[in-house]
This record gives sequence, structure tokens and C-alpha cells, in this order.
Amino acid sequence: MQKILTGNEAIAEAMRQIEPDVVAAYPITPSTKIPEKFSEFVANGEVRTEFVAVESEHSAMSACIGAAAAGARAMTATASQGLALMHEVLVNAGGMRLPIVLANANRALSAPLSIHGDHSDVMLERDSGWIQIFAGSPQEAYDLILQAFPIAEKVRLPVMICFDGFETSHLATNVEILSDATARKFVGQPPKFPNLFDLEKPLTLGGYTSPEYFFEAKRGQFEAFESARKVVTEVGAKFEGINPRDFSGGASYISPIETFETKDAEIILIVLGSAAGAAQVAARNLRKAGKKVGVIRVRTFRPFPTEEILAACGKSKKIGILDRMVPLGSSGGVLFNEINSAFFAAKAKTETANFIYGIGQRQFNPEHATEIFATLAQAKFPKINFVNLRG
Amino acid sequence: MNLKTAASRESRLVGGHRLCPGCGLGSIVKQVLSSTDAPIVVVNATGCLEICTSAFPQTSWTVPWIHSLFENTAAVASGLNAAHKAFARKNKLTGKAKHLKIVAFAGDGGTYDIGLQALSGALERGTDFTFVCLDNEGYMNTGYQRSSASPLGAATSTSPAGNVLAGKQTNRKDILGIVAAHRIPYAAQSTPAHHLDLLAKAKKAIETPGPAFLNVFSPCPTNWKSPTAAGMEICKAAVETNFWSLVEIENSKWKLNYQPKERKPIEEFLRNQKRFKHLLAPENAEIKNRLQTEVDERFTEVCKLAALG
Repeated sequence: MQKILTGNEAIAEAMRQIEPDVVAAYPITPSTKIPEKFSEFVANGEVRTEFVAVESEHSAMSACIGAAAAGARAMTATASQGLALMHEVLVNAGGMRLPIVLANANRALSAPLSIHGDHSDVMLERDSGWIQIFAGSPQEAYDLILQAFPIAEKVRLPVMICFDGFETSHLATNVEILSDATARKFVGQPPKFPNLFDLEKPLTLGGYTSPEYFFEAKRGQFEAFESARKVVTEVGAKFEGINPRDFSGGASYISPIETFETKDAEIILIVLGSAAGAAQVAARNLRKAGKKVGVIRVRTFRPFPTEEILAACGKSKKIGILDRMVPLGSSGGVLFNEINSAFFAAKAKTETANFIYGIGQRQFNPEHATEIFATLAQAKFPKINFVNLRG
Repeated sequence: MNLKTAASRESRLVGGHRLCPGCGLGSIVKQVLSSTDAPIVVVNATGCLEICTSAFPQTSWTVPWIHSLFENTAAVASGLNAAHKAFARKNKLTGKAKHLKIVAFAGDGGTYDIGLQALSGALERGTDFTFVCLDNEGYMNTGYQRSSASPLGAATSTSPAGNVLAGKQTNRKDILGIVAAHRIPYAAQSTPAHHLDLLAKAKKAIETPGPAFLNVFSPCPTNWKSPTAAGMEICKAAVETNFWSLVEIENSKWKLNYQPKERKPIEEFLRNQKRFKHLLAPENAEIKNRLQTEVDERFTEVCKLAALG
């Protein structure tokens, strides 16, 4: 069934269908609508979920930890400062291997204060022990929220669904919603795991470890991320199987990346999130003019799909990597450095450049993407470029 | 509450832990958890108790136990409580788990200071749990830095007794008053040396539906620089000098559970603890007198509140 929903509403709808045991959240722009909408479901008796209106994001994630440790399905939604305030707790949840699900409306970090979109918040959490999957649209945000628990519970890692603040959170569009029965059947029941409510087998969880054991625990997390590579796409394939929609375009969940006109492309842009749309429009227009250009959208960011990106880049000569955070004192943005190191390891001779865009929601339209393609078509171009920046 | 009954219950914190000799924590935890037959799940803040009882691959806990972080203990408890409510609604609880009680333990750092916001939030939300503050008046796990529970004049590693400043310059925070201001069903203060008092209060706190709070005085011979065997005597001196009153607040009604026949001077509490040694020197009489005034004023306030009934 199609409904006109914003990204936030689509996520709340998926949460209603999942009916997690616990939702603990603190409101923050631009994700506030999620806890608002969900608390309506609770108030109207549409879900049996316990909604915990916590006093901070730090406590939101802490309550999720308590709930998940008891064997409950726990979810939260946040953005920006909220995610940053959660940081310590995010790392803790990852280390305890608790399958919590978080929806983050990607937003800039203060100072100066900006309530608008960019990826500064989520990029800071890239090593926090969370699977990070970027939704490009309200539809994808809905789909991925439904896929999150089956992934999280299979590999015992928390999952963060990242979607762009305002551009996705507030964009109202047609979203194909599964029937409640189909959605619930897909999400299923959580597998049994040792938990704190099992009085027969009292669990000591989160204890102290000496240098003799800590490293092995971290190695376990590392392995879980490696196994998640396969699990994310397996769950994606299963999701497509129960879905009446056609996924035969480039946006199939069977791959951690979405490719657009990359097969014979000489110049490719690589991007995360909603900006892929503008990049694809630009590429389509340039294709009409005979230019061999394409776009890769990275959907699963952690674990990072190095192999898939390398394969999709094929024999392209130049790659423009778009980062929606400002590399401060670094040789480039996070995505840029990830992909450069992949190219280096593969001994690829591809030329790369970094394009910093959309910071604090600076406009990024097809014409900006067209300019990037034009920059890359030149013989020489700077390593780091700022898109649509004054002066 | 019968001492024999409590003592004959199977211990929920067993031996082999690494707490210092003479530490109050083990004694308090054992007494609190043996006050009831109710099944318990423990949430533990970062600190001595957590580190000394949970070092992987061993554990001293025979009940389910979780440690997450330093400041989020009450919020983790809220999550457990929320899961319990949701499971009850979905008919997912079986056997004893239906009657599970949540008990949180945190030091004064995890209560008065870094954990205060999460505690306040959980109390306001009506989380059904008991939060036990193990108050040893400083950050002991890291070598006694001052906390907002450290008494006026105490020499700590971040408020040392120097030539100009004679220990901590400010009074303790009134945590019981702060908690009472949340108007929760039950809050009380006790010590591990007052067994019947502590057992009765712990039982009441755990069995009372909704949030309950216990502030328990916890001797730390290592950092108070007091004789290992003197912990219980110091607890008694703390009560006899009115430095630590045995009080309880039930549905916002204050009650003084014990009043010394004759209030002993504060020196009775200070001596035996080298953290206060400098206060007994004549040149520091002023700060010691201020501490005496603080103790007396607080006690008068408690008496007034208790008289209101």
C-alpha cells in the first residue's frame, strides 16, 4: 500500500509494525517527529511497546542497553548533538554486543549551531561498533528499519540507520508500506540469547576485563563486522523476496552499494545518502551528451564495502568522492580516505579527488554535481574541493 | 526483620571478590540483598564494587548483574524496568521473573555527581527500582579525589590539606533532600553497622512499588586512612555525632529512626581517620567548627521535618 509519508513518519510506521518492546528517546531536530509519532501509537494502544521518555540521549541509549540486556527489542531515534551525547553509550552497547536499533537523522554538529543536515554526526561514530547503513530516501529508511533487527540479531551488533536530516526526514513522498502481517512475519521474533531476566542462569554482563582478555573481546567484535558483510545482503535479499516491489534497478538490497551507469564509466562520483539523487540526474544528462559518467551510492557504510566499490569502479579513470563533513586537519574526508586506501591496496591507478558538499545543508543540486563532473574532466584539479562555497 | 532470617538466606554476593579488607561495600550489598526473598537483578555503576566483583572470567554475583557505565546506572535500570513492563504486557514473563526487582548500586560519584541527572530522570519517570548509593564520601576507586559527598575539611587528593587550604572548602551536598524533592514513595539513610535499620529499610525500599532510594554510609579504610577493623565503629560515631542520621522519608513524610541521647562532638567522628587529622590541629579549629555547625544545622532541619510528620 502506498502512503504519502515523510522520512520520519515512514520510520515511525516501520517501528509501529515492528512493535519493539522498548523505545527510549529524547527529542531533537530533525528526528523529533519519530518519538512524537511513536508516542501517539503508544497512547492510542496501537502498540504494546513501553515508551521511555528519557531526560537525555545519554539515558536513551542507556535505557536501550538495559532493555536489550533483558532480552527486549529496544530502539531509539536521534540526531546530531544527541548522537554525540550518546557517543560513550554507543561504544558501550557495541562492546556488549547488544542488538539495538537506532535511527539517526544526519545533522551538523555545533559550533556554530546548525540544525541542518550533514554527516558530521554519524561520521564521528564510524568506529563506535555500530553497523551503519545510509538510507537515500524515505522509502529506503522504511525498508532498512524493517531489516535492522534481523541483521542486528544475527550478528549481535547494534544497527544505525542513517538518513539525511530534512532532505529525507522531512521529505514527504510516496512510500510503499507492507501489510502489518507481512512486515511482522519478515521481522520475526528475536532469537533466544543469554539475558538478565533468566533467573536460572544468572548472567554477569559488562564486567571488568584485564589486559589478558580485552583484546579478544574486541577481536570478537571485529569478526562480527566481517560476518555482517554477508548478513546485511542476505537480509536484503530476503526483504526483496517478500516485497511486491521491483528491485531490478541499481538499488537492490542484494548489494551494499547502488550503482548508476557505472559499467563503462570513465568518471564516477561516489556519494552517501540523499545527494545521490542529484548526482544521478547530472549523470543522466551528461550521458545524453555522450559523456561516460556514473554514480555509486554507498548504502552500507559499516562494514565498509571495499570489494564492491572497487569492482563497480571497474576501469574508470577518475573518481570524485563526495564527503558531507569537513576534513579538519586530515588528508581528506572519511569516505575519501576509505576509498583511497582501498585503491592503494588494490594498486589501482585511478585518480581521485574529494568534494566537500552539503555542509550545514548547503544546497547540492544536479548543477553542482555537473560542475564536479566538469572539474574531474579537466587535466588537473585540486585534491580537496569545496562545492557551492562562497568566496 | 529478623537478623537470623536475613543471615540464613543464600548470599547474593559471594566471597572471593577483591574488595579491600574492612571495606563497607560488601557488607552493605550483602545486607541489602538478603533483606528480601524477591528475585533481584542488579545494575552496578562503574566503581570499586563493580571492578572488584566482576573481573572476567570470574564473578562474585549469584544474581543477574549488569554494569554499563559510570553515570547511566539509573537509566539502565529504567530500560530494564521498561522491558519488564513490556514483557508483562506481552505475557512473556514466566515463573519468578514476574516478580523481579531491580536494585542499582552506585558510589557517591555515580549518585551525587556524574550520575545525578540519570538518577533524577529515573525517579521522575517512576522507574520501579531501588537505587542504593554506597556513600564513602569520595572517588575511592581512583585514589580518593573529592566528590560532592566529601565533607567540609576532608583531605582528598584533589582537596589536599595544604598550607593555605585545609582540605575541602565546601559542604556536602544534601542528596537525601534532593531525592526527597522528587517526592518518590520511599527514601532512607542508614549504615552497615546498624543492621536492623539497614535490613528493614532495604526490604521496604525493594518491596515498595516505584522508585526508592537508600543512602548508605560506607567506610573506606584505604582512603579514609582509618584502621581496617574500625569501620563499624566509625559508622556508629557518624550516627552518634549526628554526622549521619538514620532517617527515612515515606510518601514525603520524614521520620527520624534514631536520636542519640546526647549528641557527641564532631571530634568523635573525625579522630581515627587521618583524612581529618589536620582538622584537629588548633590552627584549623575554624573549619572544624564550621563542620560542627553544618552537622548541627542539618540535624535540626531533619528534626523539624520529622516533627511535621
